[in-house]
Order: sequence, then structure tokens, then C-alpha cells
Amino acid sequence: MKLTGAQILMEVLKEEGVDTIFGFPGGVIIDIYDELAKTDIKHILVRHEQGAVHAADGYARASGGVGVCLVTSGPGATNTVTGIASAYMDSIPIVIFTGQVPTQLIGNDAFQEVDIVGITRPCTKHNYLVKRTEDLARIVKEAFIIAASGRPGPVLIDLPKDVSNTKITYKPPQKIELKSYNPTYNPNMKQLHRAVKLIKNAKKPLIFAGGGVVLSKGSKELTELAHKTRTPVTCSLMGLGVFPGTDPLWLGMIGMHGTYRANMCSGECDLIVAVGVRFDDRVTGKTDTFAPNAKIVHIDIDPTSIRKNIPVAVPIVGDCKITLGLLNRLLDKEDLGDLKTKRKKWLDQIDEWKSTKPLAYKQKDIIKPQYVVEKLYELTKGEAIITTEVGQNQMWAAQYYHFNKPNHFITSGGLGCMGFGLPAAIGAQLACPDKLVVDIAGDGSIQMNIQEMATAEQYNLPVKIVILNNRYLGMVRQWQELFYDKRYSGTGMEHAPDFVKLAEAYGAVGLRATKPEEVEPVLIKGLSSPKTVIMDFVVEREECVYPMVPAGAPITEMLLA
Amino acid sequence: MTEQKHILSILVDNQPGVLSRIAGLFSGRGYNIESLSVAETTEPLVSRITMVTMADTPVVEQIMKQLHKLINVIKVHELTGTSYVQREMALVKVQAKPEHRAEILRIVDIFRCKVVDVGQGHYTLEVTGDEGKMDAILNLLKPIGIKEIAKTGIIALFREPK
Ligand SMILES: Cc1ncc(C[n+]2csc(CCOP(=O)(O)OP(=O)(O)O)c2C)c(N)n1
Ligand SMILES: [Mg+2]
Repeated sequence: MKLTGAQILMEVLKEEGVDTIFGFPGGVIIDIYDELAKTDIKHILVRHEQGAVHAADGYARASGGVGVCLVTSGPGATNTVTGIASAYMDSIPIVIFTGQVPTQLIGNDAFQEVDIVGITRPCTKHNYLVKRTEDLARIVKEAFIIAASGRPGPVLIDLPKDVSNTKITYKPPQKIELKSYNPTYNPNMKQLHRAVKLIKNAKKPLIFAGGGVVLSKGSKELTELAHKTRTPVTCSLMGLGVFPGTDPLWLGMIGMHGTYRANMCSGECDLIVAVGVRFDDRVTGKTDTFAPNAKIVHIDIDPTSIRKNIPVAVPIVGDCKITLGLLNRLLDKEDLGDLKTKRKKWLDQIDEWKSTKPLAYKQKDIIKPQYVVEKLYELTKGEAIITTEVGQNQMWAAQYYHFNKPNHFITSGGLGCMGFGLPAAIGAQLACPDKLVVDIAGDGSIQMNIQEMATAEQYNLPVKIVILNNRYLGMVRQWQELFYDKRYSGTGMEHAPDFVKLAEAYGAVGLRATKPEEVEPVLIKGLSSPKTVIMDFVVEREECVYPMVPAGAPITEMLLA
Repeated sequence: MTEQKHILSILVDNQPGVLSRIAGLFSGRGYNIESLSVAETTEPLVSRITMVTMADTPVVEQIMKQLHKLINVIKVHELTGTSYVQREMALVKVQAKPEHRAEILRIVDIFRCKVVDVGQGHYTLEVTGDEGKMDAILNLLKPIGIKEIAKTGIIALFREPK
């Protein structure tokens, strides 16, 4: 069978089960777009290539699968970089196809030529320049394997125009072998036995779970471990949802804006079972004062995450789900009968922290942003998929929306990329058409990819945008308030569009609340609309996110509300 | 913790861009490269990179794991602390005034080097050896006058058990 590169690409995408592609066309990928239109694959035309990557990211996270993007060369390719970097830091499986000038022009500074493989080398898990049509199918298959396996991540494939329009005799590739790529899924049993011993003997243990548990789909096993051993659980921002936010053993998030009790636990505990985390500086604070009394068991599929920032007593390289499952089976053979009494003092202590220093804010006659998130949580019964922008809005979402399931909190954690939430919500809505998807946004961030309103409208995606509108780049303003004597340099955002009119201009619904008593009616009306809706909540301008650990301080030293 | 010299032997896919991935990893994460040499092995699809880096123990552990994580890296070994042979080669262009020629040739003899080019006022020497030998010969040649020097990085292999 003679096929062009573009046709071969479609064959492989179908084989990989791709049903949705986020993209934006251009000169060198017209051949691919021409073939794409002949398939059943749904193409979502975004309004900016950064939006395509964030949308693919949201799609991957909500579905647990791989997201796919298609963009043109030059500016199309460079526009994807921020999205790729965000997906890379959060280990999200995406495959990005970029067009490239014909191979014979590469290196000549041709029109819309950039070395996107060179540019994205440090922010992709791997990338490829396809030089011959004969290599295309194999490379695409490899890319999907690499993106989704081990510690997942984005993989970019650069496709020169001649590679997509050359016709060759196509033989589907047989077995794909990656001789130098072989992630470790099964843990070392000796290390697991050591972990069992530590867990049994610990008086004040803590489970600390992160995005790795989401990615490995290990939430059930994690919950079982916590219940079996009566161990309290905290999560990094990326882990929220892997343990029920309503469980009595749940501590809330740890770190810079973690709960008082979660942060205090890390200071007091004698054992941390860390699963699928990388001990980011937003979690540890000052590293040499982090968990001073604890032995650390660290489970992660990526060996480079272990002992990168924090010394570890028991390193366990393996898939989180498999490893937790095995750990649970080993614990089943142990007599854990006395754990209930043994842990009582520890859990009592935690309850005391919880009741004396809960998450709190002061109600006033101005809308408090925390109140909006609380109401949203109540009205959606914790069932919505929440995406966020970045800043205070993101932290309030993490603190006040209590996630009960994984894959329901979608946020740019590692890169902290403003403009993520709306396109990610679009991707999540496409992955889960029957779910309520809400972007908790800031007035600053939402303007970074506001053009994707048109995408949401074009495809009838009823995503809901909740703007916590403080007319500030609030999180930066908060740092200026607390550490720069309120010198608000460059953080005032008085000049914003009228978001209600803006929504209407896009053909969406716009609603606004300016008083606390309007919050609930606006939410009820907005959430029940079948349309794309922007809800503009005019909130207290100078509200701060608490607790807060100043950057570089020990995480047990918190500023409280 | 103290920094030490570590010799790493890295087998990689022999493909364009692989060296740039490795160099990018080192610059991006702030690791240092003292020397680097790359060439194809007997298998044309595989190249060997021998790299010397200065790092303390946790950092070198991290470097090896990071290298291993690159898709095109097949194997990473540390040679330091094992039994291995290492060589470096240098081409040294020395000033050869008539009154120094005998001395230069004597040094060549003692260190078992070769004179590979002779000109009006210079000799070019080919020197092979481990680091100690390199340092010693360069120290002797310096007062005579080194005009130019080209050095390979270290290359090294494990010793086979006797
Ligand atoms: C692309 C990008 N630029 C700059 C920043 C730095 N930054 C972090 S939070 C923040 C403020 C965000 O303002 P807004 O979206 O209004 O959220 P708020 O904190 O007010 O809730 C800024 C500028 C960033 N994270 N991302
Ligand atoms: Mg704001």
C-alpha cells in the first residue's frame, strides 16, 4: 500500500486510539490537516497554540490518557513551549506534532523555520525530528509509549513538510523496541520489607502523596494503606484527590500554603511514607529543617526524584500503584492489631491542631474569595472537575475545595503557569462531556488565554469560569504586602475588561456578584446553565492566602490568618 | 561534602542531537564537565562518551541517574573507584631553538613520545598517557616554550579481571 507521510500519521493515530486533537494549522502542515479531515478524529481549533497544549494537558489529566496537539512550524511551534514546559514539570503525557520546513531547507533560516527540537530539548521527556517518511510510524509509536509510560511527560515530533507528503510503501511497524528505555515498575522487595518494619514501629507516621499516585492510578491502594495502618495523609498540590478530602485521616495540603496541621505533622512525625512526590521547595520550605525527626520511605518511579532534595532512609523505585499494592499485601501478613491504640496519641494531637488552628477567614460585607470556593464546593458536592489559574485563586481552590477523587483537580503545579485553567478546562470537558468542569480563575490569569472562550463557544463546551476578581495580581501583591512594605509595584489590575460583557461578546453567559448574598444565586444560575459561563465575583481586594510559609523558612513556621 | 573527580563512561545511541542532550543536561542543572570525548564503538549505532566531572557523592549519584533517564543513553558506568585504564593524548608544539633540540629529544625519549612534525623553529610532539604523565611532561616543556597545544579528554575502560 502506497501512503503519504500524512496518511501514515493518520493510520498510526487511529491505532493509538486518538479521538481528539487540539491544533492550529499553517503552511507546512496543510497536508496533515487535509488527511485529518478525512478521519473520525475530532479536531479542536484553539485560538492560540499555548491553549492547544494546555487543553491537551487537561484532556490527559481528566481522561487518564494521552493528549495530542498539532501545530505549524515557526511561531506555531514556539507558541507551544510554555504549555510543554508546564506538562513536563507536572509529568503529563502529551504528544505534540509540529510542522517543519522541508528537510532540504532545514538550517537555511527558511521562512517559519525554528529549531523546535533544540528549543524543547530541556522541557520534553524526549523529542524527535523525523527525517524520512520510512521512520515516521515507528517514531510516532515510540512517542506514545514514552509519553505514557514510566514517569510520563510530553514528547514532541517535528515533521518536515516533505516527510508528510512523500509517498512510500507502508508496512505497519511490528514490535517497537526501545533498548535504552526500560522504566522500573516492580519495586525491590527487600526495601519493601524494610518499609513494613518502619511503618509498624512508627509512633507518629505520616503519608505524603503526590501527582505520581494520580498518574499511576494508585488512589485506592493509597487509601487502603492509610486506613490499614491508621496513618494520617497529606498531599502536595499535585496529589490532591488521591485521598478523600472528607476522610478523618485527611490533613489537607502540605507546604507553603498547607494547613497548620499538615505542616506541623511534618515537623513532628517520626516516619514519612512519601509516594509519587519530588519534595519540591514549595513543599519542604528550608530543606535542612524539613521533617527533622522523620525517617523517610520514598516510593517513586523516577530514580532521579529520590534523594534529589531530601535524604531518604528507604528508597523504593517502582510504580506507585504496584508498590503500594505489594506493601498492603505485606502488611496484611503482619499483626497490626495494636496500631489503633498505638496511634491514638498522635491522632489526638492532630485533632487538636485541627480544632485550634483550622483554615479560616473572616466574613465581612464584602465577598471573600474563600467563601466563593466554599459555596462552589457545597453546591457541586465536591463532584466537579476543577481547573485553576495561578496565584491566590489556585491556593484557595486547593484549600477550600475538598477533592474526593483523583483526576478532579487540574492545575499547573510545577511551572505555575498563568493562563492554564481555561484551556485545561476545555480539554477536561472534552474528555468528560458529562461532568461539570469549573475553572477557578484570577482576574489576571484569565486574561492570558481568554481567547479560548471562542473555542469553548465553537464546540459548545459548557465550561464554567469562576473569576475571583480582586483587581490585583493578588499573589504577587500578597508578597509585596507581607515582605515589601506594601509597595505594590506592577500588581494593580484596575484596567480589566467588563467580564460580563466580554462573556456576552463571545456568545457566552456573563454573571456578576458584588455582595456576599449574591454569591449563591449567581453560582446556582451559572452552574445550571447549559452554556459557557463566566461568573465574575468582585472580592475583597487585599485578602491574603493563609497559612503562609515565607519562602526559604521551615514549613512549621507559618503566618496565620 | 567534598568534590572529587569522577570518570563516567556512557554508552549512547549514535544519533544527531545526543551530545547536545547530554551537554544541555549538564548546563541546565549546573553540573560541570571537565572533559569529554566521544566516538563510535565497534557497533556503529552506539557511541561511547567518556566524561570527567567534578562533584560530591550525592551529586554524582544524581548525575548518573539523570543521564540514565535520557532516552538515548544506553548505559552509564562510573570508573572512578574501580580498576580501569585511562589515557589522554596531546599534540604539543614546542619551540625548538638549536640549543634546546637535544633536550626536547631527550624528554621525548624518556616519556616515550613521538615527534610527529618538525619545522624551522618547532617540533610537534605526540604525547599519550595518564594525567600524571601529561602534567609531568608539560611542566618540563613549559620553560622551553609551548607554542600551541591540543588535548583530547580522558578516555578510559574497565580493566578485565586477570
Ligand atoms: C505566565 C506567568 N507570569 C507571571 C507569573 C507570576 N505570578 C504568579 S501569581 C501571579 C498573580 C496572578 O494574578 P491573578 O490571576 O489575578 O490571581 P490572584 O493571585 O489575584 O488570585 C503572578 C503574576 C506566573 N505565575 N505565570
Ligand atoms: Mg487577581
